[in-house]
Amino acid sequence: MEYSIIILALPFFMFILLALAGMKMSHKTAGLLGTAGLLIVTILSYMVTYQYFTMPRVEGYRLALQPWNFEWLQFTDKLRIDLGIMLDPISVMMLVVISTVSLMVHIYSLGYMHGEKGFQRYYAFLSLFTFSMLGLVVATNIFQMYIFWELVGVSSYLLIGFYYTKPAAVSASKKAFIVTRFADLGFLLGILLLSYYTETFSFKDLISGGQCMSLISSGATFMGASVTTWALALIFMGGAGKSAMFPLHIWLPDAMEGPTPVSSLIHAATMVVAGVFLVARLFPIYMFDMAVMELITWVGAITALYAAIVACVQSDIKRVLAFSTISQIAFMMVALGVCTSTDPHNGGLGYMASMFHLFTHAMFKALLFLGAGAVIHAVHSNEMSQMGGLRKYLPITHITFLIACLAIAGIPPFSGFFSKDEILTAAFAKSTFWGVWMTGVAALTAFYMFRLYYGIFWGKEAKHEHAPKESPAVMTIPLIILAAITCVAGFIPFGEFVSSNSTAYHIHLDPTVATTSVVVAVIAIALATWLFAKPGTKPERMQSALPSLHKWAYNRFYIDNIYQFVTHKIIFGCISKPIAWFDRHIIDGTMNLLATVTNAVSYSIRGLQSGNLQTYVWVFIMGAMAIATLILILI
Amino acid sequence: MNYSEFLGMGAELSLVVLIILLFLYDTFAPSKCGKYLPATAIILLTLQTLFICFGENTGKMLFGGMYISVGMTVVAKVVLNIGTILVFIQSVPWLKEDDVKIRRGEYYILSLITLLGMYIMMSSQNFLLFFLGLETASLPMTVLVAFEKYRKNSYEAATKYLFYAIFSSALMLLGLSYIYGAGGTLYYDMLCLTMQISPMMIVGLVLFIAGMGFKLSLVPFHLWTADVYQGAPTTVTAYLSVISKGAAAFALMVALVTVFYPLQEIWSWTLYAIIILTITIGNLFAIRQQNIKRFLAFSSISQAGYIMLGIMSANAYGATSLLYYILIYIFSNIAAFTVAGVIERKSGKLCIDDYNGLYKTNPKLSVVMMLAMFSLGGIPPFAGFFSKFFIFYAAVGEGYYVLVLIALLNTIISLYYYLLVVKAMFLKDNDNPIAPIRSDNYTRTALVLTVAGVILIGLVSAIYDSIFDVVSLAF
Repeated sequence: MEYSIIILALPFFMFILLALAGMKMSHKTAGLLGTAGLLIVTILSYMVTYQYFTMPRVEGYRLALQPWNFEWLQFTDKLRIDLGIMLDPISVMMLVVISTVSLMVHIYSLGYMHGEKGFQRYYAFLSLFTFSMLGLVVATNIFQMYIFWELVGVSSYLLIGFYYTKPAAVSASKKAFIVTRFADLGFLLGILLLSYYTETFSFKDLISGGQCMSLISSGATFMGASVTTWALALIFMGGAGKSAMFPLHIWLPDAMEGPTPVSSLIHAATMVVAGVFLVARLFPIYMFDMAVMELITWVGAITALYAAIVACVQSDIKRVLAFSTISQIAFMMVALGVCTSTDPHNGGLGYMASMFHLFTHAMFKALLFLGAGAVIHAVHSNEMSQMGGLRKYLPITHITFLIACLAIAGIPPFSGFFSKDEILTAAFAKSTFWGVWMTGVAALTAFYMFRLYYGIFWGKEAKHEHAPKESPAVMTIPLIILAAITCVAGFIPFGEFVSSNSTAYHIHLDPTVATTSVVVAVIAIALATWLFAKPGTKPERMQSALPSLHKWAYNRFYIDNIYQFVTHKIIFGCISKPIAWFDRHIIDGTMNLLATVTNAVSYSIRGLQSGNLQTYVWVFIMGAMAIATLILILI
Repeated sequence: MNYSEFLGMGAELSLVVLIILLFLYDTFAPSKCGKYLPATAIILLTLQTLFICFGENTGKMLFGGMYISVGMTVVAKVVLNIGTILVFIQSVPWLKEDDVKIRRGEYYILSLITLLGMYIMMSSQNFLLFFLGLETASLPMTVLVAFEKYRKNSYEAATKYLFYAIFSSALMLLGLSYIYGAGGTLYYDMLCLTMQISPMMIVGLVLFIAGMGFKLSLVPFHLWTADVYQGAPTTVTAYLSVISKGAAAFALMVALVTVFYPLQEIWSWTLYAIIILTITIGNLFAIRQQNIKRFLAFSSISQAGYIMLGIMSANAYGATSLLYYILIYIFSNIAAFTVAGVIERKSGKLCIDDYNGLYKTNPKLSVVMMLAMFSLGGIPPFAGFFSKFFIFYAAVGEGYYVLVLIALLNTIISLYYYLLVVKAMFLKDNDNPIAPIRSDNYTRTALVLTVAGVILIGLVSAIYDSIFDVVSLAF
């Protein structure tokens, strides 16, 4: 499978080509060129996938292949940094996800970004992003992964800031970059610790276990916890930053300022799941340290609940989707966290469930974002109040969006049902507590998604200057393809391909869990329907109804009012609003405070830099004397 | 006396010959040949670099152990030479200007004399010779800072530099005399053997570190930096910020690791505090700067703090990462200074706000500046990331977790202000941006070389590997 190098090389070549010669091309040429390049990449990814998964298993396990390896830096006698390609079940699966979603976004953007200034630049950045994301998932060692990890950060910085004339976009891109960089410093420190004690960067050696034992048996401790725990927790911090886990999630909602297809690619399907991928990649090592696994579960569970609650009160449709993404990724984290062994039949189900959900979520969340993009394209606004009743104008968008909503809500036979069900089963297997918690979050998911759905497509129509039009075919075709995938992806025997120790696992639904989750989701949807679908239809009924029905209508209204009161005043007002406020003021505020303190300190010590030579010399002598005195006292 | 021992000082002797040749050329060549002087200087220095690079470099102790030439010192000299060549290339357009044109011969000769001083400083194995080297490097530097003598800033900067240099030299000399008093000798190897902890020795050590701290602009000995960097001609600032610092860092490392090895407990804690102060204060001040040269001055203060991390581990990894860091820092910083210099010369603008919208009018210069900022900020895959990675790795290996954590936190702060420049160039609008600049061939060469360095040094693993091979012999 040596040709897999082309999968990496082609997007990079496209980036160079479009960056250097793009300005001389017409918009159309540049767009088609980028899309054609990615089409080839997608086809090659599928070929690799087919070949890889049809290879016979060895003693029941799937092998990890390294079709390319380039010995790069001989760091010490034992420690070496390589560049290469590693194919194993999860990296191959990620190839499919990334190339598929990226191709859809490339096609979709031909329509969505039509006529934008810097169209060629946009495609160049898309290629760069795809290249770095592909490089991240096929990395053979943790150092190579880190490099691509940062490159992903840089290219997403460029893409979020694409509308560089818009101040909000610029500050959002900077925020995203700096917050994730802050998390990455944990990652880097984790890498340093891990590689110092295990004397290897290579995933193969790390995962095989022998090296880890030497790390654990080194017995080194720091501030009460073993170095292993520190290293793994710090690496998880990097993952949590990229995957927008609480409290490092603050950059993601703001990053929605970027073009919508970019949000679809980066903030729904690929980059944000990098953290989940990282934990999955190092899963056998994480299994050695249950304390860190516990941390991952808690962080995931809190994030899932928190983001779901906040999603209920957002009015900007992209922000609803952003919080929903955070919540869904947290599901994947929880699924990894609740694993208690590497055997999928005995405690290791969560790994498979997490990867399965990653796969299905990438497809339907990309679909949701692209659908939201089509809506925004039609009404030129992100606000739900500007929408309503759009189902008549945007039939294709409406149907595909509905499919995605049903999938994320966990209604069979759509893909989300199957993967979410596995996650819930895994959570219940660990403890009833986590099972109930996550089922609750799943119910909230169904509720806020249908609130969004009704808000956009049903309800009262907003006034439009022009009647909204369905998007051109280049935008609807990707929607239809993704919707088709969403309909069938649940039936993929995913456990045959990916499982925690790469043995075959046959997916079977747990009837109790499946029934509970479907019933809960249906109740949540019904509640949303009752609350949000009606306001649009009520006026019509009232017109047709006779005055004798007024009383009924009045009572109805009265009940509505109670519900309004309960939901808006009590649930929203007492729970969601404060949490949203907490998010805006406390968590963002902490970050802002850090910046303010830095500024203030630097302002207050500026007096030292007076330009006065006598002061300088005085400080010099005092400095030297202080140091000498300190040493003489201390020894 | 055995005069053949002088032949062992191949690097220093060839540099002296080079200085004399340039002096003769400048003095006696017909005036129409004057315009070839820059090219001649650059070519001769390149040849001299190749000479010391491929000359006979087996370890030599000369003059009764006063002077040493081993692989590690040769690598350090080559690194400094590369930096000097880059500075020379980018300084050519400046030297064509009217008020400095007549003195350009002096510029080369003075720069090379400071380089000679640094050579001696790095190769010495005796504090007396070390001090001679230090002074040889310091005094011509003052003249260089004052090179644009009709400009008040340059004049003022030179005065400040001179006083501060004299002052720190005097203190260092006092420190050296304490060391002599406590140890009874000035030879490195003898001192190391008889080293004992005594208050006198400690005061000597601290004064020595303080004196070197001036050269390296470590906090709290850094206060001159911003004023001098701002006032000096931009190319001289570039030279001062990379070459002078690199030499001082290396010499300090040699002294601490060999002479004061028995006192490692003491100096490592001293440096620990100095590093935290230097990185943090450098960063905090850099955030507020509006003048690009002052901005780069504070950035270079914090970079010096990172360089010091390489000394902390006191082993071959630390030494390698230190040299590697200096090499990459040379390329990144000269790239930044070259762009700043071109813009200053053509438009007279030095404010970061003036850089708003630079990308629209000068895309190439903006990209170079952006790469320089990314490299200084340590963003992969640019070279600066690798240098930081290796230097952190060496420090983590010796268990300095907290120190590395603080340094890493500071990289976030530094990222913020490096991105401010990028943001100004690429994202901000400006009604009156700097007009498109046509740079000459020398500037272009310098930009291409530095950009190539910023992109390639990290990726071409042979560079790190070969430095490590040579350095590990010395440990």
